Amino acid sequence: MAAYETQGFKMDNSGKRVVVDPVCRIEGHMRVEVNLNDKNVITNAVSTGTMWRGLEVILKGRDPRDAWAFTERICGVCTGTHALTSVRAVESALNIQIPENANTIRNIMQLNLYVHDHLVHFYHLHALDWVDVVSALSADPKKTSELAQSISDWPLSSPGYFRDVQNRLKKFVESGQLGPFMNGYWGNPAYKLPPEANLMAVTHYLEALDFQKEIVKIHTIFGGKNPHPNWLVGGVPCAININDTGAGGAINMERLNQVKSIIDRSREFIEKVYLPDLLAIATFYKGWGFGGGLSGKNMLSYGDIPQRANDYTAANLLFPRGAIINGDLSKIHEVDLNDPEQIQEFVTHSWYKYPDETKGLHPFDGITEPNFELGPKTKGTKTRIEELDESAKYSWIKAPRWRGNAMEVGPLSRMVLGYLQPKQFPFIKETIDGVLHKLDLPVTALFSTLGRTAARGIETLYCAKLQTEQFDKLIANLKAGDSATANVEKWDPASWPKEARGAGFTEAPRGALGHWIKIKDTKIDNYQCVVPTTWNGGPRDPKGQIGAFEASLMDTPLAVPDQPLEILRTLHSFDPCLACSTHVMTPDGSELTQVTVR
Amino acid sequence: MASETFYEVMRRQGITRRSFMKFCSLTAASLGLAPAFASKIANAMETKPRTPVIWLHGLECTCCSESFIRSAHPLAKDVVLSMLSLDYDDTLMAAAGHQAEAALEEIKKKYKGNYILAVEGNPPLNEDGMYCIQGGRPFVEVLKETAADAKAIISWGACASWGCVQAAKPNPTRATPVHKVITDKPIIKVPGCPPIAEVMTGVITYMLTFDRLPELDRQGRPKMFYGQRIHDKCYRRPHFDAGQFVESWDDDGARKGFCLYKMGCKGPTTYNACSTMRWNGGVSFPIQSGHGCIGCSEEGFWDKGGFYNRVTNINQFGIEANADKVGGTLAGVAGAAVVAHAAVSALSRARSGKTEQGEK
Repeated sequence: MAAYETQGFKMDNSGKRVVVDPVCRIEGHMRVEVNLNDKNVITNAVSTGTMWRGLEVILKGRDPRDAWAFTERICGVCTGTHALTSVRAVESALNIQIPENANTIRNIMQLNLYVHDHLVHFYHLHALDWVDVVSALSADPKKTSELAQSISDWPLSSPGYFRDVQNRLKKFVESGQLGPFMNGYWGNPAYKLPPEANLMAVTHYLEALDFQKEIVKIHTIFGGKNPHPNWLVGGVPCAININDTGAGGAINMERLNQVKSIIDRSREFIEKVYLPDLLAIATFYKGWGFGGGLSGKNMLSYGDIPQRANDYTAANLLFPRGAIINGDLSKIHEVDLNDPEQIQEFVTHSWYKYPDETKGLHPFDGITEPNFELGPKTKGTKTRIEELDESAKYSWIKAPRWRGNAMEVGPLSRMVLGYLQPKQFPFIKETIDGVLHKLDLPVTALFSTLGRTAARGIETLYCAKLQTEQFDKLIANLKAGDSATANVEKWDPASWPKEARGAGFTEAPRGALGHWIKIKDTKIDNYQCVVPTTWNGGPRDPKGQIGAFEASLMDTPLAVPDQPLEILRTLHSFDPCLACSTHVMTPDGSELTQVTVR
Repeated sequence: MASETFYEVMRRQGITRRSFMKFCSLTAASLGLAPAFASKIANAMETKPRTPVIWLHGLECTCCSESFIRSAHPLAKDVVLSMLSLDYDDTLMAAAGHQAEAALEEIKKKYKGNYILAVEGNPPLNEDGMYCIQGGRPFVEVLKETAADAKAIISWGACASWGCVQAAKPNPTRATPVHKVITDKPIIKVPGCPPIAEVMTGVITYMLTFDRLPELDRQGRPKMFYGQRIHDKCYRRPHFDAGQFVESWDDDGARKGFCLYKMGCKGPTTYNACSTMRWNGGVSFPIQSGHGCIGCSEEGFWDKGGFYNRVTNINQFGIEANADKVGGTLAGVAGAAVVAHAAVSALSRARSGKTEQGEK
């Protein structure tokens, strides 16, 4: 590849190549390669999905009512969101109307996923990119306590409390068995927090680990377990019984009280721990404005959380829908999952085969035939890759485009689209303005790694608020005498048309998620998913346009070139989910010989 | 620097010797052991450094890791900080790339023959293994190398134990469970999609406490958690016996919590602890929340007919078909079904007794 320019980035792969594989603290398997110039600034970035599972062909010929369970297993981190997308796709194909309570319970479960997933992402997958655990050992617990109390009235903040955690940490480090902290980038100059802020953050890392298991109990109540709760085409599987005999076997007052209690405690944790920590960390990093990538240029959201059941128009959604292209923030384009011109996937640089690889295909007509071949400039062998050749095929992820544009999806896209529509989303606008004011930053500061991380926190607060509102809505509907949770009119496949097709969507925590289903003779004829990390992590297209991951790494300086701290920081700000992005498979799906290999 | 023992960890967390000994006797009692075992447990905990654990990820969805961190007793935090040493786990570890690979190499060398290998997911074997790449190499290579010097292997979840969803027909990547690739090491299967959090930490703490593998059944699963079927201990079982079934979603029977057998519940053929331990700190389990069990801890559960088809379709449990046909009307025949259950349990006991010596 010669040097070239795309989307405002100057790509040049002539400098020193740095390979990071595995990229850890993500879901699934991923590799990234970058080139550095003589100032250790990234001049070329290559993002590679390194796993492939093939769920769509496995779905072929199966009962559409079972599809949610299969697709749910695409990802155990954003558990439930694929299942919800799937039941919506089937309901769209068969024109099934779900009861109001089912819509509300699904909303509560989806919002509950957001609250859990974003919190765990911030503390357990992302924090160590900003927080130096070893530095926390030299913190003064008294000063840590003062810091904590100055930013929040969260009660666990005494000097003794922080001293205990610090002692536990010291003993842990002194044991010589560092566990997950082994070989971390401790002491790297790209870490900017003072020891006290580090100790506070590490303490909350542990607190959040204890607390997160409480949040998911809402899934357990409505769906029976978490990860991977149960869903139902036509509604939700949990019946409601508030007044009658046998209420103990259904959703009753005790269950509802437990849901309410979890919603309240989650909101408190977000308001008093997560957001204050986020702001405190941002204060020290606000000078580090790298990682914007495609944000501010091309952003996409399908929207989610329908206020009223069965109405999926943008005006009825509590998460914004729309697309922004070419950096024109004044124009929000309408998004239609059924329009063959809008969403298309390319495979020029993916390990798949199309009859004509210069063209993209809409998911209803998607082809996925694997074709694992490495380019001529690859260093190493097929099974021992040292450096990939990005001028050829280099990823198990396809490259989706919206009207030909590479797009960023996820919390930042959603929050920006909400910010730009303050009449429909006043809370988003006010919260973002509040945060920017506190940090004394302009709105353009959102278009960065830090902005992406902040948007996720702001969104978590929004979700916590919506959870309360949706719960109140459920209670109001029950008060009005409606306790229906499922519509079984079309449960029997005999009632279905001979052929049907539909698209279902959600906003997964990581971004826009769509499932496209074709049903024929009551079985699945074709099933395609385009998922958030396909949008963000996909490779180049025939025009050489780069995806969101690659764009976000461009022009970032590394403090220590053989320690990929800044690379991890920016990639993690997207919360990559590789099992999601790389599950597609050939449509012919012939039976393969079973061989036991030793 | 010398590694800390479990006992030292507990002491510095403010636990007195007296409480420590009490903990040991309680542990012995809760595991159904004679009081004499308490001192054995205490001795083990006083002298052992934290056991290193390498946690690898193949083709999977990370639901097992997510489940693991939900453990209420012990807390995942305490497992990771105080009970074992999670020295390699690409989902949680701070390092990446070369530094992560260096950590893996160091642990393999330093604790040769003494670490536990926990595997989440499975290796695909088609395309020379390149459907799952780690460090530019096929995951199956990393798995084999790491298994070579492991003391024992835990196969987390349905993926590692059976293959799970990516191995459902037609299994395009030839995703293969761990025991078909590694054949010379003790392997404990902890199936489920995912397994219950406290089952996962229960298996690990059992191994650390007793320094041995748990008793396994014929299929390599810990008997203590997988010895009985969901149906055997289901709180809705009396409705099955009384012939009271949910006939349609959200009908009167659903609201009253009747048996979900006719809605396709796989509880009668699924060996797991869901109906006893329940999920997420005992809050609920699938049947309690109104959906039938989909049988996620059973081998090949994706290919045993639809999730809403009755288990009568499953041939090896043909006797259950009789219970279905008459269960609604004749309590006496439902009683026969109980006898049939017992026979099946007895049969699997006998089978497990036959082979378990070979596995130790």
